[in-house]
Amino acid sequence: MKTNITKIIIFSFVIFSLFVFWQALRKNNNYDTKSLIGNRISNFQLIEIYNDDKYISEYDLKKNKFTLINFFASWCAPCRIEHKYLLKLSRESEKIKIIGINFKDKKTNAINFLEELSNPYNFVGKDSKGKISILFGIYGIPESILVDNNLTIIKKIVGPIDQIQYDEILKLIQ
Amino acid sequence: MKIKFFLFTVYILTATPTYPSETEFKLLEVYKNLRCLVCQGQSIADSNSDFAATIKLVVQDQFNEGKTEDEIYKFLTSKYGEWIVYQPSFNKNNFLLWFLPYSALIFGGFIIFLIVRKTKNNNVN
Repeated sequence: MKTNITKIIIFSFVIFSLFVFWQALRKNNNYDTKSLIGNRISNFQLIEIYNDDKYISEYDLKKNKFTLINFFASWCAPCRIEHKYLLKLSRESEKIKIIGINFKDKKTNAINFLEELSNPYNFVGKDSKGKISILFGIYGIPESILVDNNLTIIKKIVGPIDQIQYDEILKLIQ
Repeated sequence: MKIKFFLFTVYILTATPTYPSETEFKLLEVYKNLRCLVCQGQSIADSNSDFAATIKLVVQDQFNEGKTEDEIYKFLTSKYGEWIVYQPSFNKNNFLLWFLPYSALIFGGFIIFLIVRKTKNNNVN
């Protein structure tokens, strides 16, 4: 009788362990910060890249129905790939304002980058030390955050914006 | 050559070791407890990546503002999730992570106890 109970306990434990492993293998372990969706963005102050006396804060974003905050740099190759979608977005939708945050870059390089590819941003701020990026939970460039006028994050894009992401943004702001 | 040797000796004799300050020690402890999200198994303290450098700057700033270690972890967790800290907080989602090793240890001990007792009984009989 006791042997049977022991066998049942061992068997249950093995089954339980296999279940835990199975669940762990099924889970997507790729790290992302999608958990930030639904959260409010932090307070920030962003100095413009062209003029040090001009700046915006989170209050200015409240005036826009939707704001796309895009982190970019002239040294970032994927930023060039996504740029056409940002330009398209700035042309095709009036509901959205695009804020560019130039990440750990030289001012002249950033300005040249925007002159070469054209400027899709309503405001270009600088984050020369990268500290502002931490406030937005950024861990790579490019990254974009779509917020509404309550400053709530409604979408976070890690990596370059592509056609699928572009369509999703349009759908969200309709 | 003699002059060089003399200068080297003077340098060695007058050199004083430099130790990290208490603040640097505390900051290093915080860096060690933070995971570098873009590295393979490295802490912020170990990594020279761009991300780690930025996190170090932010931690230094918050430390200088007088924030406690816990407040710094809480801030970074709110931005990057529990994954950024090596020791996650105890909550309903991860209680098994905390209790399972102890349960396995107790269960294993119980099994060993049963086997030993059974062997002893067999030997007596």
